[in-house]
Amino acid sequence: MRSFYFPYCLLLVVAVVVLSCRTEVVVNNGEQEEAGYRVNGNLSGFYLLNEGSMGSNKATLDFYDFATAIYHRNIYAQRNPNVPKELGDVGNDLKIYGSRLYAVINCSNKIEVMDAQTCKRIGQIDIPNCRYLRFSGQYGYITSYAGPVQITPQYSQVGYVARFDTATLELKAQCLVGFQPDELEIVGDKMYVANSGGYMVPNYENTISVIDLGSFTELKRIPVAVNLHHLRADNHGQLWVSSRGDYYGNASRLYCIDTATDEVVDSLQVGVSDFWLDDDRLYVYSNEWSYLDMSDAMTYAIVDVVKHEVLTRNFITDGTEKDIQKPYGLCVNPINKDIYITDAKMYVTPGTLFCYSADGVLQWKVRTGDIPAHFSFLGK
Amino acid sequence: MKNLQQSIFVLIFVCLTATCVPCLRAAQVADSLSSDKAVLGQAAIDSLSHLLTLDEVVVSARRREEPIIPAQTLEGNRLSSLSTQSVADAMRYFSGVQIKDFGGVGGIKTVDIRSMGSNHLGVFYDGIEIGNAQNGTVDLGKFSMENIDQVALYNGQKSDIFQPAKDYGSAGTLYLKTRRPKFTDSKTFNVVATMKAGTFGLANPSVLYEQKITENIHLSANAEFTYAHGRYHFRYRKVMTDGSVAWDTTAVRQNGDVHTWRAEVGLFGYMPEGKWHVKGYFYDSEKGIPGAIVNNVWKISQRQWDRNAFVHGNFTKTIVSGYDLQVNMKYSNDWMRYLNPDTTLMYMDNSFTQQEVYVSMAHRLNLSGMHALVEPWRSSAFNWDLSIAADYQWNYLEGNLANFVFPERQTVLAAAATQLYWKYLRMQASVLATFVFDKIHRPTVEIPVATKQKPQVTPAVFVSYQPYLKEELFIRAFYKNIFRMPTFNDLYYTDIGSITLEPEYAAQYNGGVQYDKSFLRGVVSRVGVKVDGYFNQVKNKIVAIPKGNGQYRWQMMNYGYVEIRGCDANANLMLRFPHDVYMTLAAAYTFQKAQDLTDPDDYTYRGQIAYIPWHSGSATVNLQWNGLALNYSFIYVGERYHNSANIPSNYERPWYTHDLALSYEMALGKKSNGKITPRLHFALEINNMLNQQYEVILNYPMPGINGKGIVKVIL
Repeated sequence: MRSFYFPYCLLLVVAVVVLSCRTEVVVNNGEQEEAGYRVNGNLSGFYLLNEGSMGSNKATLDFYDFATAIYHRNIYAQRNPNVPKELGDVGNDLKIYGSRLYAVINCSNKIEVMDAQTCKRIGQIDIPNCRYLRFSGQYGYITSYAGPVQITPQYSQVGYVARFDTATLELKAQCLVGFQPDELEIVGDKMYVANSGGYMVPNYENTISVIDLGSFTELKRIPVAVNLHHLRADNHGQLWVSSRGDYYGNASRLYCIDTATDEVVDSLQVGVSDFWLDDDRLYVYSNEWSYLDMSDAMTYAIVDVVKHEVLTRNFITDGTEKDIQKPYGLCVNPINKDIYITDAKMYVTPGTLFCYSADGVLQWKVRTGDIPAHFSFLGK
Repeated sequence: MKNLQQSIFVLIFVCLTATCVPCLRAAQVADSLSSDKAVLGQAAIDSLSHLLTLDEVVVSARRREEPIIPAQTLEGNRLSSLSTQSVADAMRYFSGVQIKDFGGVGGIKTVDIRSMGSNHLGVFYDGIEIGNAQNGTVDLGKFSMENIDQVALYNGQKSDIFQPAKDYGSAGTLYLKTRRPKFTDSKTFNVVATMKAGTFGLANPSVLYEQKITENIHLSANAEFTYAHGRYHFRYRKVMTDGSVAWDTTAVRQNGDVHTWRAEVGLFGYMPEGKWHVKGYFYDSEKGIPGAIVNNVWKISQRQWDRNAFVHGNFTKTIVSGYDLQVNMKYSNDWMRYLNPDTTLMYMDNSFTQQEVYVSMAHRLNLSGMHALVEPWRSSAFNWDLSIAADYQWNYLEGNLANFVFPERQTVLAAAATQLYWKYLRMQASVLATFVFDKIHRPTVEIPVATKQKPQVTPAVFVSYQPYLKEELFIRAFYKNIFRMPTFNDLYYTDIGSITLEPEYAAQYNGGVQYDKSFLRGVVSRVGVKVDGYFNQVKNKIVAIPKGNGQYRWQMMNYGYVEIRGCDANANLMLRFPHDVYMTLAAAYTFQKAQDLTDPDDYTYRGQIAYIPWHSGSATVNLQWNGLALNYSFIYVGERYHNSANIPSNYERPWYTHDLALSYEMALGKKSNGKITPRLHFALEINNMLNQQYEVILNYPMPGINGKGIVKVIL
C-alpha cells in the first residue's frame, strides 16, 4: 500500500510548495530613464497623460524633469501607492490650475485632482463621460457627453458643461449644450463649447455653443462645420476651431472665429487632429482618416494666427516623420521652442515621445505609457 | 449571379467525377477483401504464438478509420468525473491550448490553439462545423457539457481521410460529440434527469429522453435550462515593497447573470454498412456582460441576447465494397442583440442575424481493395485510400448598424486526400482548395457589389511510423499550411473599410513520439507518454489598427508576423489496487515561446505575445472504488504579459487552481434477469479550493472558491 499513497503525498508536497510560491503583487513604482537634455528657465518640466486603451485601466501620468533630464514613467502610481486601481481608464485631458493638477479620466467618470508639484492625490470630482477642462476664477468647467436622455423618436443624449468649485471640488451648476460637446475655451466672460455629435453619425453637430459665464446659460450657437473638436483662443481675440470632418466628403479643417462678433471669419485648408498655440504660432498635426482615399494623411503644419497663413505643412525637416506611426499629442516648449510629439502606435502598446528642435530636427525620444496624448507644463 | 453559377458548377463537377469512378470499378471490387480484415488477420496469427499479449496486439493494429495522429480526448468516466460546466472548462485539461476566460458563468470563453489565435480553431458539433461568419470565434462557454460524450482536439486536422472538405480547413479542430442513444439488454428507452445547483445562484435542470423507435431508428431528445445570478466576490490587493499592504479591496462581480434554454432532438438510423442522423438544435439566452473592472467603475450594464438554431443531417454508407459515401447538410440561423443602456457611454442597441447553408459530399475509395489496380502490392499489410470531398457554404449577415453593408459570402471547398498504410508506416496527404465569393448589399444602393477573394490551395502531410508491431510506439510528424479568411467584421464592420484584406496564414511543423503500454498483471495496468514539438508561423496576421484620432476608429490590416515554438507533453498512468480500487493519474504540460516579430523598431519586437504563458499545465488524479469516485485536478498557468511589450507594467502573475469532485452512483434495487435497474448519481464539486484570486484577462476577475452539487436519476 505504500505505492498507493506515494503519488498523493508527492502531489500534496508539490501543491503546497507551488502554493507558497505565489508572490504578492507589489505596487507599481514607476520607472525612471534619462532622456534628452536639461532645460533651464522658469519651468520644472511637463506632465504627459497616457490615455490607455478602453477597459485596460492603464491611464498613466509621466513626468519629464527639465532640471535632471529624467523621464519618469507612471509617476501617479509611484506617488499614490495606496489608491486602489491607480489612475483609471482612458485619460482625456490634463490641466494645471493654481497649485493643482487635474486629469480628466473619461471611462472612470471622474476628474482626478492632484498636487501639481508632488503629484499626490487630493481628491476627485465625479462626472460621467467627462471630456475637456478649463478654468476661470474659482471655478473649473468640464464638458460631458452624459446629459439627459431624450427619445425623439431616436435615443439621443444631450451634453452639458459642469461648473465645479476648485476649493471644495463640489459641483455647482450645469448648462446644457449640444450633442457630445468636446473642447471648451473661455474668452472674457464668454465660454465657447465645440459640439461634435460624434454619437449621432451621420447626423453630426456643426455648432459652437456660446455660454455667458455670469448667468451660466447658453446665449447662442455659431454654425461652423461638422463634428467640431478643439478650440483655442489666441492673443488677438480670435478663436481657432477644428472640425474632424465626416471621414467622407467633408475633410477635417481649421476655422477662425472673431470673438467680438462671434462670426466665422476664416477657414484654412489644413486638417487638424490637435493643435498647440505658442505665441502667435499654431502648431498643428493631422492624422486624418479618409474613407475616400482609404488612408491616413499626416501633416505637421504651423499656422500664423496673425496673418492666417500656413507657414509650413511639414515642420519636421529631417525626414523622421516616417518613424511616427500615429501622431497623437503635441506641445511646444515655451522656453526653447522644442516641439514634443507623441506616437500612439497600435493603441495597445507603449507609445513614444519624440522631441524635435525648433527647426524640426529630432533630438531625442523615449518610451511612454500606452497612448501618450495630453501635455501640461509645470511652473517652478 | 455569375459567381453563384461558377460555384455550383464546381460543386457538381467534383461530385460527378467522384461518383463515376466507383461505378466503373464496382464489378472489380465486388470480391475484394477489405484490408482491415487482413490487418486484423495478421494480428490474430501473431497472437497465436504470443497468447498473453493478445490485448496489446489488437490495440496496436489500429483500424483504418482512426486518424493517423490521434487526438487529445476526454470522454467517458474521466470526462464525467472532472468538474466541467462548459466545453471551455474541459479544454483546460488539454496541452497546447490557452483559454481566454472573461470569468463567471456567462463570461466569454475562447480557445487559442498553439498561440495561433482563436480564429484558427474549427469547432465541430457532431461532425459539422459551428461557424461564425461574423467574427470567426466560437464562444465555448455557450456549449454545455450536459449532453457531450466526447471532446477531442486535433492539431493540424483530424488526419482521417473520410471527412468533409471543411474538416481540412482549420489549423486545429475541436470535435464535440454528443451522446448517441444506446440501449442495453432489452431496454427500449432511456431517461436521464439531472439537477445541478451551486454557487453564483446556479440552477441547471436538464432531461434526456431516448427511445428505440425501431431496431434501426433511435430518437434522442434533450432539454436544459440554466440560470445563474452570476455574482461573486473578488478581491484586489497590492503590497508595498516592504510587504505592508498598499491597498486591499473586495467587491462583488455584478451583471453576470445568465438565463439559457437549450433543446436538441436527434434521430439516429442504422442500415447495413451505413448510418444516418438528423439533428435539430435550439439555444436561447439572455445574459449580462460583466465588463472590465476599472478605477471608479464597479458596475456595468451591457446585455446580450443570443438565439441559435440549426438543423443538420449526416448520411454515411458503404455503397459498394471499397467505395463509401458521406453527405452532410446544415442550415443555421443565429440572432444576436447587444444593448448598452449605460448613459455614461455611447448608447448602443445592435442586432445581427446570420444565416448559413452548408452542403457537403465526401467519397472514399479503397484502392488496395481493387486487385486489378494493385495486384502486385496486394499484401496483408497494405491499404490505400483515396478521398474527394466538396463543400458548398452560403453565409449572410444582416445588421441594424448605421452604414451596415449586409455581407453575403459563398464558399466552395474542394479537398482531395490520400492515405496509405503499409506495414508500420501510415501516411496521409491532403490538399484543400478554397474559393470565396463575397457580395455586399447596401440598403441605399440597389445593385450589390461583388468581390472575389483569391482562390487558395493549401496542403497537409501526416506521417506516423510504428517501429515494432508489438509495441505501441509511434513516431509521427506533420506539416500543414492553412489560412483563415477575413471575417465579416474584419472586412465590413461599419463601412467598406478593408476589402483588400488578405487571409491570415498559419504554417505548422510538428514532430512527436507516443508510447503506451498495458500490463495484464501488477499494480500498473497502463502507462502512456506522448511528446510533440512544433514550430508555427502566423503570417499576414489580421490586426486592428487605429485610424485617425479620437473616437476609436479601427482599420483592419494584414500586419503581424508571429513565430511560435512549443512543446506539448502528456503522460498518464493507470493503476489497479486490490479490492477494486482504481487510480488514474494524468498530466499535461505545454511550453510555448510565441514571439511577435512584426516590427523590429517596436517595443513589442521579440516579445512573448499577449496572454501566452511560457509554461502551463494540468494534473489530475482520479480514484474509483465501486460506485464511488474522487477526482482532484490542478491547473497551472505560468507567468505571462498582457501585451507583447514585455515590460514590467504588463506583467501578469502565474495562477493555479485546485478542484475536487466526489461522486457516487448507486443502483436502486437489485439487478434481475439481466435487466438494468434505475440508478442514482450524486456529485459534489469544489472548484478553486484555495480561493485563489486571479485574472485570466486583465481587469476581468475570476471567481474564488465555488461549488456545485449534482443529482442525476438514470432510468
